[in-house]
Amino acid sequence: MIALTEISKKRKKINFKDNKIGWLFALPAVILLLFFTVLPIALSLTLGFTNAQLLETSNPKFVGTQNFKSLLGMSEFTLHASRNADGSVAKDEHGKPVFPQVRSLTRPDSPYVHLRGMQEIYRFGENDKSGTVHVILARDPTFWRSMTNTLFFALVVVPLQGGLGLLLALLVHQKLKGRNIFRTIYFIPTLTSMVVVSLLWQFLLQQNGMINRAIHLVIPGYINIDWLGNTHTSMYAIIGLSIWQAVGYHMIIWLGGLQTIPEELYEAARTDGANKWQEFRYVTWPGLRHTLVFVLITITIAALGLFTQINVLTQGGPLNSTSTLVYQTFSRGYQEQQIGAASSISFIFFILVLIISLLQRILTRKADQ
Amino acid sequence: MKTLSRVTLYTLMTIMSFVFLFPLVFMVISSLKPDAQLLHDTTSLRAFIPTGSISFKNYSGVFTRIPFFTFLFNSLLVSLITVVLGLFVNSSIAFAIARMKWKGKNFVMAIILATLILPFEVIAIPLLYICAKIPSISFTGGFHLTHGIFNSYQIQILPFIANAISIFLFVQFFKTLPKDLDEAARVDGASWFLIYRKIAMPLAGPAIGTVAILTFLPMWNSYLWPVMTIQDERYRPIMIGLQYFYTNFQTSWGQIMAYLSLLTIPVVILFLSMQRFFVTSIATSGVKG
Amino acid sequence: MNPKRRLSLAVVFATVGLIVPAAGVAQAAPAAITMWTHNGGNAAELADVNLTVKDFNASQSKYKVIVKAFPQASYNDAVAAAAASNNLPCIVDSDAPNIPAWVYAGYLSPLTLPASLTKPFVPAVKGIINGKLYSIGTYNAAVGLFTTKTILAELGLRTPTIANPWTLAEFNDAMSKAKASGKFDYALELGNNNTGEWWPYFYSPFLQSFGGDLINRAGYKTAEGSLNGKAAVAWGNWWQGLFANGLSPKNETADQHNNGFVTGKFAFAWDGAWDGPNFLKKYGTDLAILPPPNLGTHPVIGGGSWEWAITRTCSSSAGANAWLAYAIQTKYLIKFANDLGNMPVTPAAAAASPFFGPGKPFAPLQDFSAQLVTLRPPTPAYPILAKVFENAARAIKDGGDVQNTLDGAVDTINTVLKSNNFYKTKK
Repeated sequence: MIALTEISKKRKKINFKDNKIGWLFALPAVILLLFFTVLPIALSLTLGFTNAQLLETSNPKFVGTQNFKSLLGMSEFTLHASRNADGSVAKDEHGKPVFPQVRSLTRPDSPYVHLRGMQEIYRFGENDKSGTVHVILARDPTFWRSMTNTLFFALVVVPLQGGLGLLLALLVHQKLKGRNIFRTIYFIPTLTSMVVVSLLWQFLLQQNGMINRAIHLVIPGYINIDWLGNTHTSMYAIIGLSIWQAVGYHMIIWLGGLQTIPEELYEAARTDGANKWQEFRYVTWPGLRHTLVFVLITITIAALGLFTQINVLTQGGPLNSTSTLVYQTFSRGYQEQQIGAASSISFIFFILVLIISLLQRILTRKADQ
Repeated sequence: MKTLSRVTLYTLMTIMSFVFLFPLVFMVISSLKPDAQLLHDTTSLRAFIPTGSISFKNYSGVFTRIPFFTFLFNSLLVSLITVVLGLFVNSSIAFAIARMKWKGKNFVMAIILATLILPFEVIAIPLLYICAKIPSISFTGGFHLTHGIFNSYQIQILPFIANAISIFLFVQFFKTLPKDLDEAARVDGASWFLIYRKIAMPLAGPAIGTVAILTFLPMWNSYLWPVMTIQDERYRPIMIGLQYFYTNFQTSWGQIMAYLSLLTIPVVILFLSMQRFFVTSIATSGVKG
Repeated sequence: MNPKRRLSLAVVFATVGLIVPAAGVAQAAPAAITMWTHNGGNAAELADVNLTVKDFNASQSKYKVIVKAFPQASYNDAVAAAAASNNLPCIVDSDAPNIPAWVYAGYLSPLTLPASLTKPFVPAVKGIINGKLYSIGTYNAAVGLFTTKTILAELGLRTPTIANPWTLAEFNDAMSKAKASGKFDYALELGNNNTGEWWPYFYSPFLQSFGGDLINRAGYKTAEGSLNGKAAVAWGNWWQGLFANGLSPKNETADQHNNGFVTGKFAFAWDGAWDGPNFLKKYGTDLAILPPPNLGTHPVIGGGSWEWAITRTCSSSAGANAWLAYAIQTKYLIKFANDLGNMPVTPAAAAASPFFGPGKPFAPLQDFSAQLVTLRPPTPAYPILAKVFENAARAIKDGGDVQNTLDGAVDTINTVLKSNNFYKTKK
């Protein structure tokens, strides 16, 4: 009894002293992070409320939420069809009502002040009889497109890259001779800079390039697709080369998870007569739960930050089909030199990723329990 | 049946190998071709075959055009110093977070995780503003105090030593070490510092390997930050060298391919030589929750 | 130097509040003048810059110019970063259209070169803002429509001149005939695989020829009507048609850009003077250099190349000006032109050029530069105009709705102009 209280006393003392020593251990990293990461982030988030320019840092003015209004501003408008002289709805040769151009509402001479400077992004609910249609207008369609592209990219890449990584890991986890060679080969693209990867794939993907030639060999009637130049394929091309570069990394992570699953569990499953699928379903998958959390978080954050490939290959085009939030931040801040406007995108991006990460954490924590 | 499935597996693995290697084969083969032929060959599968006039001219072109070995040295130096300092700094805070109880710990951890959110491209300009304000002493043209630590190795190193992912990986790893380990040591009167040095770090080999390679790669590939802060050729890293091959809208593709090969091959060799260590270390570190 | 020691020492000094004044140049040691140039990786041009510096440093003992070379592809980024962090050197070279933004931001001081020295220079290489000379170039560049006499004859096309350029209809006809002849993959090589400044430099002259512009140059306060008016929309439709009708590839490959015209896969190339020697080597006297077409109002090419400027923070501005006065001697101007295949900037330099000057192979380009140049808008807003124009021209090329794209571009520009108070009140 006495010995125990001694120890617990000692422990209390230790815990008390931990405060100082804990901070001491943390201090170098805390100082460096504060100075080189937290402070820039804070500055970036603050600049979003100013009209700061890259070239005149001396006197940026505080402009409140103006940048955010120009980014997020949206409006719905019911457009009325043109009328014939007799007051009836004007119709074209297909019997569809003829609507006035939206730009008559959005240019600086528009009578609708709140619509000035906006662009149509969507229309719906066309009513032939009354000659009306609902139009959604946005102040910055490129921003919204970049937002949906970013989310789309993440939504596709996270499961695909995670899943392919797992398949590769399962493949090279087999007890086969030379598997280390294959592991290494699959990992090599990860060692290659994304700039290098992008330059190489630019040639591979061009309209008369090697990928199209290869497809030609398999499908003779195939008409060459300009992968990066076509609005329907550009994002998928980006997705493809992104996964090509990064999947090896996640293969290795999954492999780590696989190696922690004790062999006895598989043996037990086999003696119970489990088939390969059941083995995976009831032994492998549950054993990989923690790995899943890590893979999910790292791919998500990397995917939402999509930038280098876009900057080298497409500059967001064609027609904004590959524009992303980080690309817009960079392009507006650095190339257009509008730091204030760019920082407001950073701000929104920060909030977005924060929400997604928290959601993921809540979901995976639930799965953990 | 067994051999059949084995054949399938090998076939599958070989096909996957082609998928992962063909762009790199294209790169290396192209580096041996003159510009016009290189570009013409990109329109067919000849891109993968060393035909035509093959030579190492592009490589000698690279070496005469840029101070390659200066850039190589700079990148190696900057990357390695960052890796080594990063290992110390990040493992020590991670150790404190994983093993000790102290006030403010959760807050610090939350901040660290929050710093993961914004990619570097987004904070580069604010960071530039801040680094322009760091006081430093210049000895050129007399002894005087200036602002900004541009044109140096330290500007390329300091911002990247502390790193949230490294800390995260170390925390994960240290959490897997049994608690009794340091409690016993504490009771024996060992200081936290001793436990960190003699118990935790020696066991952390796999995590160290992972963090080392995850720090090394982005440092080796760093481009944007050196463009913004290094105006003196003597301090430029290797990725900036790539830009030297685009002049007046005339791009020397052969030399670019040679240069891309030159900057990829050292990393691959480095990795291959430590392959067993890296593959197993990444594989066994941290991610067990 | 040990990085840590340097930093910690600095921190100590800073906290103590010890201020060590910059040591003045006490003795005979020459004052160091740092110069940045965009010639990294371009050995020939860098050698010429270095030569002027070497000779200048040897010619006197008061100043010593130190050259720092950057690769061109990241030079503008590096300079923008340096400007943003107050880290500019004494002498910089800059792509001409950036000069007004720098002047506006207060980074440059006017040159103090004697007017007699700068008078012979062609206007395109002089950065004059509010009546003051801020920058001057040691070589010039121009754009022309390259083809061959054989192609013109085979397609039955009239040879246009500056006085009588192709009209829009004639140009379109030429392109269609080239395409229809079946001898070429494409009619026109435009270099659209390039990014950045290439776009406004090469393509905004088309817009201006139609009668549009990047901004309304009366006051530089709005792009409304200039970039989205009738003329601009006509340009957009025409521009889109070049690609939609297969006259020019929508996304040129590096192969097409570098080799397309010299391998005869393209009938015409809208290209810069610097590619001229290449073309001349291939086609010799058959090479034809045509003026830009008159697409509506008048034929236009872009102007301005790299120019030298001196920063306001330069501590020995007299020395910097002295170097510049030294470097623009005719003997160096000749080297800058001849070693690099560039256009000479004074009549004296032109006389010594193998390519430029009356009767020489690239004489037409020099005439274009003298007569057809519309400079990119000299406004502090230029960086945004350039990027917005590139985005819009790309979107239209890719099939975007012309009017909507241009309206959007105008809105972006006008928002920025407004949030910067139209760049009125400043320094």
